[in-house]
Amino acid sequence: MAEIIDMPKLSDTMSVGTLVKWNVKEGQEVAFGDILGEVETDKATMELSCTVPGTVLKIYVAAGTQLPVGAPILAVGKKGEKVPEPDAPAPKEAPKVTAPPIPETTGIACVPPAPAGGSAPVRTASDGSRAKVSPYARRMAEKAALNAASLAGTGPGGRVVARDVAAAAVLPAAPSGPVNVTVPPPSDGKGVQPDGDLAVGGMRQTIARRLLESKVTVPHFYLEVDVDAAPLMAMRESINRRLAEAEGKDALKLSVNDFILKASAEALRQVPAVNCSWAGTSIRQHGAVHLSFGVALDDGLVTPVIRDAHAKSLREIATDAKALISKARSKKLTPAEMSGSTFTVTNLGMFGVSGFFGIINVPNAAILSVGATLKKPVVDAHDRIVVGQRMTLGLSGDHRVIDGATAAQFLQALKKSLEEPTAMLI
Amino acid sequence: MPVMSYREALRAAMREELRRDEKVVLMGEEVAQFNGAYKVTEGLLKEFGPKRVVDTPISEAGFIGLGIGASMLGIRPVMELMFWSFSYVALDQIVNNAGNIRYMSGGLINCPIVIRGPANGGTNVGATHSHTPEAVLASHPGIKVVCPATPYDAKGLMKAAIRDNDPVYVMENTILYNDKGEVPEDDYVVPLGVADVKRAGDDLTIVAHGRAVITSLKAAEILESEHGVSVEVVDLRSIRPLDEETVLASVRKTHRVLLVEENKPFCGVDAQIAYLIQSRAFDELDAPIHRVSSVDAPQIYCKRLEDQQIPNPARVVAEALKVLA
Repeated sequence: MAEIIDMPKLSDTMSVGTLVKWNVKEGQEVAFGDILGEVETDKATMELSCTVPGTVLKIYVAAGTQLPVGAPILAVGKKGEKVPEPDAPAPKEAPKVTAPPIPETTGIACVPPAPAGGSAPVRTASDGSRAKVSPYARRMAEKAALNAASLAGTGPGGRVVARDVAAAAVLPAAPSGPVNVTVPPPSDGKGVQPDGDLAVGGMRQTIARRLLESKVTVPHFYLEVDVDAAPLMAMRESINRRLAEAEGKDALKLSVNDFILKASAEALRQVPAVNCSWAGTSIRQHGAVHLSFGVALDDGLVTPVIRDAHAKSLREIATDAKALISKARSKKLTPAEMSGSTFTVTNLGMFGVSGFFGIINVPNAAILSVGATLKKPVVDAHDRIVVGQRMTLGLSGDHRVIDGATAAQFLQALKKSLEEPTAMLI
Repeated sequence: MPVMSYREALRAAMREELRRDEKVVLMGEEVAQFNGAYKVTEGLLKEFGPKRVVDTPISEAGFIGLGIGASMLGIRPVMELMFWSFSYVALDQIVNNAGNIRYMSGGLINCPIVIRGPANGGTNVGATHSHTPEAVLASHPGIKVVCPATPYDAKGLMKAAIRDNDPVYVMENTILYNDKGEVPEDDYVVPLGVADVKRAGDDLTIVAHGRAVITSLKAAEILESEHGVSVEVVDLRSIRPLDEETVLASVRKTHRVLLVEENKPFCGVDAQIAYLIQSRAFDELDAPIHRVSSVDAPQIYCKRLEDQQIPNPARVVAEALKVLA
């Protein structure tokens, strides 16, 4: 008897999913646990594993299609069996579905392809088998942002139990209850602002939760490098002047950050080990560079993602970045535009900060922190002290994924790209 | 602190309450002149006289009914059943009359009766003398049931039972009568409905009551010394009212649970405890809840088989290791 597999609900807030990619074709034999394809939710891109062994009879939707939870996506049954008619007809092609409103909890959602704990597929196959996870282990995994179903279970029958999750993640001690923050009121009766508690919105809650989780569960290490920014500044000025002459007042104006994004994508191409994520029991390599960058807002911070930055020109990256920044400021970013990053760039140079180290945007393996380009006395090639322009780059790395030498190679590649910037133009 | 036996602790409780409150009386088969079938009431006739310590005819339905009637008029009778197995011939009195009178009188009539006696197997006395009816009786609203495991709890629970204004049924154990333990001389009570962590541990919670607590503590020693497992043993003490929070707190600590009781498993006390845990602490469980109960058969007369029928440390250890797998 053929079974129709529907778009699963993979997270609490998921209402639609995008069938990003199919790994199977019609007529192909599939076994329990095979990865049929990938589904992007509001929070993550997740693998769709096979829960019904048999032959793929029919694929109802093309890759790239966004469709609601519960919509039929494929049918599996015996070879030659009649293809079942789904109750609800599937969309014929990628339709323009209105993006769901940004759930409050996905303010800075750059949630990983895999780690999504309890939101793993829960459909039970007709033979009753599925990944067994104890209730307590499932809850632990959710806290640790691990996909419990992907861990190797050591309990009876391969059940994932607490010790398996504990081995895969060092859990932070859960802070509970309000923190005592009593301080005496201002003695002059005025102070700089009124005493009192501010309500915390979803974005701030998410920042608090995710960054605490990152800082206490990811073993951060930090490297710093100074870059001679003079050639980059000169080139940027020259390009912007030429663009203004050629394109008039609507001309694209490249920011320093655009160059850094482009150079980061190039450096990741050269040192792809940094373009990876810790996946609990393995390291997941990512083929594409999806670059996220921090955008400060009045009430917080979001990190939109430039997709496939490895394949984009400087102009494309700059155009994407500007569009995303504009959407971020008008709160129009969709969850998809904030998820699935592989590397993050954060920049406080515009505030004159000379250098700093950001907290890793899990599940990235590293975050690049960009300081201001400052005039400094430097020693030139002829051992003379001259006025130079220096930019300090900080890299925070996840030591589970990369070691100091790998991170150093990445910074070396990045420095070279920024100091000899013309190569970015090809 | 004085050391005394479980039997002496029960007797001390009754003696103290007989002295404290003239409305307290003891009644039962051979409690007076014969000093009790198991010598629990030894010496009390001599001290308090035949108006306070009364021998009854061999008719459970009759003398339990007598006690219930007296309790409705303000007397606080402590009735001895030679075996709780004999309660079955007085079930109408024990359940229908004692258990319902406060409800059916709209709260006008209390029934402050205590019925006590041994309720256990393991003594080679056969199927009709080895019942453990705590689950049966506790299933009736209006009835309180306690199962002391130690001399300290035996005295404290007995005193709390005598002072309670509702029917309280105290299930003792003949095998525990000679067990010794420290018992304060002061006037203390163990409140009804308060469980006790008899041993603290981190890896596994064993919930037990009555003699199964003692068996579980022995098993916990073996699990610690031979398997390096840290076991917490929670003694329910009261079956009803039930201290749910102490059980749940332990589950939240260890995340793995073994339930041990000397009842038969079907509709046993631990069926209720298992339901409680899964309904209120499902997300705390790292393994399914297991049970060790008496083997589900009429009480076996052959002594060697009966020793295996009732939970023993070896069976508890074996099942604990399954929960810990």
